[in-house]
Amino acid sequence: MTDFSRIYHGARSAGGPLIFLEKTPQVAMGEWVTITAPDQPPRRGQVIDAGREITVIQILEETLGLPPAAAEITLTGQTATAVVGRELLGRTFNGVGQPIDDLPAPVGEARVPIWGAPLNPVRRGRPGEFIETGVSAIDGMNTLVRGQKLPVFSGPGLPGLELAGQIVENARAPRGEPFAVIFCAIGITAHETYTFLNRFERSGAMERSVLYLNEARDPTIERLLAPRVALSEAEYLAFKCGIHVLVVVADMTHYCEALREIATAREEIPGRRGYPGYMYTDLAGLYERAGTVLGREGSVTQIPIVTMPDDDITHPIPDLTGYITEGQLVLSRELHRRSIFPPLDVLPSLSRLMNSGIGRGKTVPEHREWANQLYAVYTQGREARLMATIVGEAGLGEADQRALGFAERFEREFVGQGSWRRSIGDTVELGWQLLETLPRDDLLRVSDPTWEARRAATA
Amino acid sequence: MSEAGCITRVTGALVEARPLRDVALYELARVGDGGLLGEVIRLEGETATIQVYEDTNGLKVGEPVQPTGEPLVVQLGPGLLGSILDGVARPLELVAAEAGDFIQPGITVPTLDPERRWPFQPRVSPGRRLLPGDVVGVVEERAGRQLPILVPPDIAGVLAEISPGDFTVADTVACLEDGTALNLAHRWPVRRARPAARRLPAGRPFITGQRVFDFFFPITEGGSVSVPGGFGTGKTVIEQSLARHAAADVVVYVGCGERGNEMADVLNEFPQLMDPRTGHSIMDRTVLVVNTSNMPVAAREASVYLGMTVAEYFRDLGFSVAVMADSLSRWAEALREIGSRLQEMPGEEGYPTYLGNRLGKLYERSGRVVALGAPEREGVITLISAVSPPGGDFSEPVTQASLRVCGALWALDPALAHQRQFPAVDWETSYTLYAEETTAWFAERVSADWPDLRATLLELLQRERELREIAGLVGPEALQDKDRLLLSAAHLIREVVLGQSAYDPNDAASPVEKTYRLASLAYELYQAALAGLDAGIGLDQLDMEPARRALTNYRNAPAGEAQAWADTASTALARLREQAAAAGDASGSPAAATDEAAEGCASAAEDQEDRQAQVSP
Ligand SMILES: Nc1ncnc2c1ncn2[C@@H]1O[C@H](COP(=O)(O)OP(=O)(O)OP(=O)(O)O)[C@@H](O)[C@H]1O
Ligand SMILES: [Mg+2]
Repeated sequence: MTDFSRIYHGARSAGGPLIFLEKTPQVAMGEWVTITAPDQPPRRGQVIDAGREITVIQILEETLGLPPAAAEITLTGQTATAVVGRELLGRTFNGVGQPIDDLPAPVGEARVPIWGAPLNPVRRGRPGEFIETGVSAIDGMNTLVRGQKLPVFSGPGLPGLELAGQIVENARAPRGEPFAVIFCAIGITAHETYTFLNRFERSGAMERSVLYLNEARDPTIERLLAPRVALSEAEYLAFKCGIHVLVVVADMTHYCEALREIATAREEIPGRRGYPGYMYTDLAGLYERAGTVLGREGSVTQIPIVTMPDDDITHPIPDLTGYITEGQLVLSRELHRRSIFPPLDVLPSLSRLMNSGIGRGKTVPEHREWANQLYAVYTQGREARLMATIVGEAGLGEADQRALGFAERFEREFVGQGSWRRSIGDTVELGWQLLETLPRDDLLRVSDPTWEARRAATA
Repeated sequence: MSEAGCITRVTGALVEARPLRDVALYELARVGDGGLLGEVIRLEGETATIQVYEDTNGLKVGEPVQPTGEPLVVQLGPGLLGSILDGVARPLELVAAEAGDFIQPGITVPTLDPERRWPFQPRVSPGRRLLPGDVVGVVEERAGRQLPILVPPDIAGVLAEISPGDFTVADTVACLEDGTALNLAHRWPVRRARPAARRLPAGRPFITGQRVFDFFFPITEGGSVSVPGGFGTGKTVIEQSLARHAAADVVVYVGCGERGNEMADVLNEFPQLMDPRTGHSIMDRTVLVVNTSNMPVAAREASVYLGMTVAEYFRDLGFSVAVMADSLSRWAEALREIGSRLQEMPGEEGYPTYLGNRLGKLYERSGRVVALGAPEREGVITLISAVSPPGGDFSEPVTQASLRVCGALWALDPALAHQRQFPAVDWETSYTLYAEETTAWFAERVSADWPDLRATLLELLQRERELREIAGLVGPEALQDKDRLLLSAAHLIREVVLGQSAYDPNDAASPVEKTYRLASLAYELYQAALAGLDAGIGLDQLDMEPARRALTNYRNAPAGEAQAWADTASTALARLREQAAAAGDASGSPAAATDEAAEGCASAAEDQEDRQAQVSP
């Protein structure tokens, strides 16, 4: 390979995570940069504004102690790439794909740019294969399908990672197709990583997984690269090797904060709450890398974890995420306080691809009606509960009282299943049993034929 | 063509290059060694700023920039219907054929198939003086669909030669005396609105097939509506439902900065869905413009103009065109992103100060017009645009700017969406400025009491909100029977009139007759029950269940069984009326009503048990 690298002695200035380089006649957008200085650890960076007169480089590591004038800056002539391949399975890397498991760096099967090119929409497959997560509130009410991006909206202290761990532990491929998990930690604590891995190890699938860890103590700006490196590997495994890949990214909130840090350092005009105006586009560049491709075997399914600051779903991070992903699984502090696990609030939760993953031949024929009915009574029960706090239960109509009772049981038994796996068959059966505590007149979302079929089946 | 310059800076989607002399604003340029497509959006001395429609990663300072001498144009002609274009008019199928499954920068492919031949029939003879927009002939695009071939809007002259035959889009089919050649296709700059002879006032209603819109918030053909709503409130489902079922000759669907999987959905479904008006697949009446959120941001900005230009072309041919834009917020954000990289002075929430102006111009391109040229043709563009307000808050600039220029608002409410009440249209906030002309049309074509019924039901829903607030304070049990009846009637109306599942094959599209019938039966049920109360029957003794069940079944029934269910509902209503009449006769005067109502309340529990016993063996 020809070496296109050029070395510059001394940067003009530095500020925050950025350094500014002068007179750069050949610099390329996105070019990979290495920076050294006397008595300083080597640093890495990336060109984010390429100019003949001034070039801006974002540095992945902390810039504390970096003397710009004495630094030696190498423009490598390459854009950021990652080594990918099946050989990475079972290994652990940092946020830029360097091994941190004391094993030698993998040779891999290919080296690919981490800024994955957009999948041509006409070449996208239509996701529609049910993933059984073993979690009733998901499988029954917010069904996940292969190729979907379905985030968990968690809150500080809520068990978002545990839920992700539970999903991953259970979500094996039904017909034994090749299956892999990629976990990308962004800015989370070692303890949180452990929480997730602990769950996950139980499934005995460590050798089917690749870990990319950028934890709280690791360089901040590296967080912008970590999910891209992870997704590059995911795409390779999925679309080159025909593997069904589940990607868990935790925590997107830390990613967005790194994005804001760069925007602030560049003195860009801030958008809502100081996050850059292009955050939607930037996040879409990650989330849209989930999917399936026509004529290819594998799939990339994403479960990003988003911690809602102050439990606020309208905060730009969950808000923009929700605008891009195909639904969301929302955790509720109230359920969590009542020790219901997983504390999933099914009302604001949604899987937009649910309809293509359920029904005859996939789950059960009556799935849609059954779920609609559960939603309807549960909604009524929640409203009744609210009303009861003011007028007392006795002030409620009879149907409302029944719905209220239903809501309690639904939360405790159906949603609050604990850490156990429940098959889709058991989930549907439990749902029916709860519904059948109500008179037929309360169940208008269930059509007569479906009702009769259920009667016949249980007679 | 002017001489090439060199890249001096790359920042995001923008490239600066110099020296570039004699280039024009909005001229296209080929950028870098890869020849990426870009558009000049600022000129200062010899420095041009170019927005690049493709991924700029890897572009290098010093690489060449070659102006093309032409603005961003789209080729308009036979073969356009059914195509799937990216934001700069490249058919995505061809892009895939060139580059594979993942989009690579620097690909050039023609919008229309250059090889395909079309049978052309002249409609004018040599010697005729042709004006812009005149129809010179027709192409049989497919069996039963004749596509007029026009003199382009910027050409006129005396026809010298014209011949029938099979031609490609680039072949000359006619020649003017001054030597100007006419082809089956012509090119038009996307940022320039196509001229029309004159604008017409709003026309007939634009029938959407969605009850909540057709009945409560109808718009006209040529009207425009803004559909704002937080994430997951159902904007895309509405846009897609309308693209499938609305009464339009042509649908231009602009997926602007939204999801790839949604496009896969459309591509998967549309070819299999039949358009009942033509008997052909609905893909046959559709042009998709697709620039998903992960595709370059500058092309997202262009995609909306591209969609509008394609729509204007079909309007000029004399069609009724519906444009679905999902979502204009992504377009506005693209403006903002480019504006901020240009270091423009930001306005509200960082959007450029010209946001309202640009949006207004865009909406102005919709409407009902007499097209240029002879024979006289009327063409229509109806614009339905989704808006994605951050945090679902409608006070933000894009929603507000849209409201200033559009004729109707279909406001979506996350609370309704969370309750799975779909379409999640907030009937209090939503409005239409076209109510008068549209309801007059429905009164004439469907039923004379349509306008009254609409007003009555809206009022009833309004009254429900107030009552629910009271009920929230005192408990529903403390309400009077009349009020409880109103709550239950409003509930039914929300369920069977407003509520409509896009996934129910029998109810995804509701013909206006069905819409009216459901609304009117639901109201009759309320009236009949009210008469029962007046006659002294307690609410819990009124047997409304059979009628309610029949109405639900009517809503869900396949077309063949619908009539039977509507009749069942009518019969059940008649029985309810009889019940009321009998009670009225027995008690003699409606004055006794209140006492008995109280009694009715007391016996409610028993009554309930009785009925439970009936249904569960
Ligand atoms: N008319 C409807 N019938 C049944 N379900 C609906 C209807 N409208 C919306 N939904 C449900 O709501 C979900 C979200 O709708 P949709 O994707 O249209 O939201 P959106 O407003 O476009 O969101 P975003 O802004 O994030 O794109 C759908 O996946 C579907 O489950
Ligand atoms: Mg949408």
